[in-house]
This record gives sequence, structure tokens and C-alpha cells, in this order.
Amino acid sequence: MHKQENTPVADELKNLSPDMFAPATESSMVDNEKIAAPSLSFIQDSWRRLKKNKAAVVSLFVLIIMIILTVAAPIVAPHDPNVQTVEFASLPPKIPGIGIDGLNGTQKVGENRVDKYAEKNVPEDQYYILGTDSLGRDLLSRILYGTRVSLIIAFVAALFDLTIGVTYGLVSGWCGGRIDNFMQRVLEVLSGVPNLVVVILMLLVLKPGITSIIIALAITGWISMARVVRAQTLKLKNQEYILAARTLGESPLKIAFKHLIPNLSGVIIIQTMFSIPSAIFFEAFLSFIGIGIPAPTASLGTLINDGYKTFRFLPHLMWYPAAVICILMISFNLLADGLRDAFDPKMKD
Amino acid sequence: MKSYAKFLGKRVLYMLLTLFLIASITFFLMKLLPGTPYSNQDKLSEEQIYIMNEQYGLNEPVPVQYLVYIGGLLQGDLGVSFQFSNTPVTKLLSTRIGPSLQLGIQAVALGTILGIVLGVIAAMYQNTWIDTLATFSAILGRSIPNFVIAVLLQLIFGVYLQWFPIALWDGGFSSSVLPTLALAISPLADSARFIRTEMVDVLSSDYVELARAKGLSRWTVAFKHGVRNALIPLVTILGPMAVGLMTGSMVVENIYAIPGIGEQFVKSIMTNDYPTIMGVTILYSAMLVFIILVVDILYGVIDPRIRVSTEGGDK
Repeated sequence: MHKQENTPVADELKNLSPDMFAPATESSMVDNEKIAAPSLSFIQDSWRRLKKNKAAVVSLFVLIIMIILTVAAPIVAPHDPNVQTVEFASLPPKIPGIGIDGLNGTQKVGENRVDKYAEKNVPEDQYYILGTDSLGRDLLSRILYGTRVSLIIAFVAALFDLTIGVTYGLVSGWCGGRIDNFMQRVLEVLSGVPNLVVVILMLLVLKPGITSIIIALAITGWISMARVVRAQTLKLKNQEYILAARTLGESPLKIAFKHLIPNLSGVIIIQTMFSIPSAIFFEAFLSFIGIGIPAPTASLGTLINDGYKTFRFLPHLMWYPAAVICILMISFNLLADGLRDAFDPKMKD
Repeated sequence: MKSYAKFLGKRVLYMLLTLFLIASITFFLMKLLPGTPYSNQDKLSEEQIYIMNEQYGLNEPVPVQYLVYIGGLLQGDLGVSFQFSNTPVTKLLSTRIGPSLQLGIQAVALGTILGIVLGVIAAMYQNTWIDTLATFSAILGRSIPNFVIAVLLQLIFGVYLQWFPIALWDGGFSSSVLPTLALAISPLADSARFIRTEMVDVLSSDYVELARAKGLSRWTVAFKHGVRNALIPLVTILGPMAVGLMTGSMVVENIYAIPGIGEQFVKSIMTNDYPTIMGVTILYSAMLVFIILVVDILYGVIDPRIRVSTEGGDK
């Protein structure tokens, strides 16, 4: 069997002529040593992995669009969110050219559909895409501005979490010994306090408003970040390159910024991405129970709370802001999940 | 074993320290609060206010008030409510703890059981559409705020289908269905996600492969060998779960008009009822700290490896 297979090859070998060979060039030898694939930085590599996660990419797009819309709210919003036009109060949504019930300015009254816009003598060229609330304020504009407020709170609170948490974790992990021990005991005591209680107490003491919500969220949010950063710092600080930097007399501050933080960036970004949706939720929660953003400023939570009061008769006032907050939360969570898988392939299951 | 007792003693000490700290911080924060407990202050003469302050012990210097409060706390006395007809806070809360506890336990039980099933299914069909669906629904559950879910359930099952009461509490089964469902969503999502990750790990371990090689069926292996081991780490998320339930109960109890702790807390916040706010704060913290302690102890009991590592470790 062996022989049978080898015979044609052996025949071929006999028929080789010299012109079938070419001398090896120098360049082809160099190429062998070359790494064929382009070398990727940490960010490029993660981005490549993130792109494979369709849900995360879609979420990223949704978020980018939402952020652009809310940043541009003063330009995009069709009406002033706080101007009350009482004569046009409680109008249902109306999009010109669309005849579907619920979007054409009609509302069920008893058994019949009534054109509310005609009833209230709204000029033909004036319409409210998502309707108006009980004070005649345009819901779409309020949602745009409200999302803006919610996002500002979430981003600033996350930024505080990041700064406090990373600093605390780095100092605790880097110093080690007695300082670390003490700082960890403090964390242990703090983590026994339900954050909800702290947030509510802070809001009672401070005047309700955007700033106090941010402060309240920042005070409670950094603990898990500090834990994660400390654990990673403990792992990293015994690595050779850190030892080298220390031996060469680099200052701890420079080591932290040049060596530790870049290597921690993955966990920091993931942790921050998870703290944003939780801040959005907390703001909405506080506003929903009535101690959040004071009127007339809109946030997603206050809009849902206002809508809930009349949701049997004007359901759109509750469902549209509720839908926006759900989309926002789902997108952030999906993106955070995707980022976690992208930054740490070992953690991926 | 001796060092384990030492470890436990330390934990209890931290627990008490945490509680003391919370009680103190709450007390001083309450002293900073604007407004007075008297709702009709304009109509009261200074003398009347003085007499009422005297009655509540508010004329004493703050440090004395603090000592009195901590002293009362040690005897289980949380003071007297300013708003709700002078009822002692302890009494006010003890009548309300029943419904909250019932809902909380039902929600955790329902949520974790469904979550475990969902998580195991997702792990068994890892990387198929079933897994994607299960994972996505877990993310939905985590993302949609509980007050939105509560209102949605109320609208669908209360208003349109009229299967359950819209907002009523009679302690019976049917009035607890909707609030339990609304509260169960987040434990469900959390545990599903957690179990999936653990199960994927467990299913690829050597002993599971051995069990498969012996000829046991996939599902027998999953439930007899897999779930047991995946369940252990689930204990660790009991603490965060409890916090989630406390937060959730505040809105859910309000939406469904349930006379529980959460509803009382919101009402007290609105009316500047300091002693009740402090009482609930301390009650919530005590519950959380206690759960964390129980989790620590349970964890050592269920998985002896962890106990060994805390004994051998430097902490």
C-alpha cells in the first residue's frame, strides 16, 4: 500500500528539470521572520472583539444617536420644554400624514374617537409629535431635555465614582500593609450601609436638585470600583515591569499613571459602564418617589412620575418616557456586557 | 476551628461597628435637616413649641439627645413618631414588617428558582439561540426599572384582564401576586445571569466530563452534579439582592398600596418624620448587615475550602 501511493511521486521527482527552480532571494528570507498580522494595540484589539458582538454595536449606535439628540436638545426640540400652553393641555400625539389611531391626534372618549386637536382649536400647522402634558407642555421636548438631565447626572456621577474609586483602590493596593488593612476595614463598614438609605438621607439634607443627586450618588457609588481596582493593583504591583520602574527610582505617582492605570483601564471602563445605568435608574427612582429633581425641570424619572398620575386617561405621558428609559438602560447594559467580553476574553464564558 | 471562631467574632464586631456608625450618622444628619416636625408651626405659639419640644426631648443639647437616642436604641426603642399620632416607631414599623417580609421572601423564592432554571437552560444550550434569548431576557429584567414593570403588570392584569386586584392588600394570595412578580424580576435576572456563568464553568470541569463518560444523561449530570456546585456562589449575591428588594419595595408598595415598610418610609420622608426615617434606616441597615454576616457564615459552612483559605490567609 505504501509503495502504490509513492510511485507517482517518485516518477514525478525523476522528471524534474533545473529550470523549474529559482534561486531564493534575500527578501523572501526576511519575510519569514515578519509577523504577518498587523500588531494591535489594546484598544484596537478590544474594538475588533467588540465589533463581533452585534447587540453591543447596535447599542453603541443607539446611545450615540441618543446622546447627540440630547446634546442638541436646544436645537432639535420643537418647543420650549417648560412653557405652559394651558389651552392646548393634554393633547394626544399627532404626527402629520400618519393616520394610525394614537398618532393622529385623536383620542377615545367613551366609545368614539374624537379629534382633540379640532376640539381645542389647535391651528392646522401646529402639532405635537408625542402630545402634551396636563399643563400643555410638549412631551417630546420634555423627554429630550429630561434625557439630557438624566444623562448628565449619570455621566458626572460615574466620573466621580471613577475618580474616588480608582484613587482609593490604587492607594490601598499600592501601599499595602497597615494602610491597606485600615482602608479595607473602612470599606467593609461602608459596604454594610444600604446605598439607597445614604442617597435618600443626603437628598434630605441637601436641597433637591441635579447637584445634590450627583453628590448623593457619588458618595455611595465608588465602593465597588475601589474594590476592583485594589484587587487588580495587588496583582499588578508584583509584576516585573513595575519592579523595574521602582528600581529605577520612578515616583509612585508616575508609576500609577504610566504603568498601573493603563493596565487597569479595562476593568475601570467596564466598572464605569455598569455604574452609568445604575445612576440613571437611581435618579429615576428618586424622582419617582418624589425626592428627585424639583419641578419644572424634567428628568426621565419626573416625567414617568407625572405620567403615572394620569396614566389611565393619558397613557402616552407615561409610556413614552418609560420607553426612553428602558431603551437607554438596555443599551447601556448590553454595551457594558459587550465591553466586558471584549476587554477580558478570559472572563468570557 | 479556633481561628474560624476568631474570624466570626471579628465579623460580628464589624457588624456592630457598622450599625453604630449608621445610627450615629443618621442621627446627626437628621439634626441638619431643614424644617421642623410640626406641620402647623405658624399657628403655634412659642410656648406651645417649647412645650412640645420638651415633650419630645428636643430642648436638650444635641450630645445629650444623641446619648438618649443611642441608649434607647440599645433597648430596642426607636423613639416616638412625630407624625403618626405619637405612635412609638417600633410599634409603627412592627405592624408593617409583615407584608414587606412576605413580599420580599416570595419575590426572592420565585425569582431565584426561575432564575436558576433560566440560567441552567442557557448554559446547557450555550451559544445557541436559546442561550441568546435567555441572556437577553435577563438583561431586559435588569434594565427595565421596577416601577415601570409594576405599572405595566398593574395595567395588564389589574385593569384590562382584571385577574388580580389593582391596588389592594388583604394579606391574601391574589393581592400579593402582582407585587411579588414586580419585585421578583430583578432577583430573577441577577440569578439567571450568575447561574449561567457558573454553570458554563462547572459543565466544562473534569468531574462533569467523568460523569458524562460514565454514561449519565446530559440533564442528570447538569442537575445532579452541575447545579449543586453552581449554587454555592449564588449565596454571595444575596446581599445585593436584599438591597435591590428594599429599593424595589419602596416603589412597588406605593404603586400597589401595600402597608409595608417601604411605603411608610416614603411617607415619612415626605412629612419630615425624623424618628421614623431613622428607624427605617437602622432597620434596613441592620437587615443588610445581618444578611452579609449570614452569607459569610453560610459560605464557610457550604464550601469548606473557603474556610480553610480564610484561616490560612493573612487576614
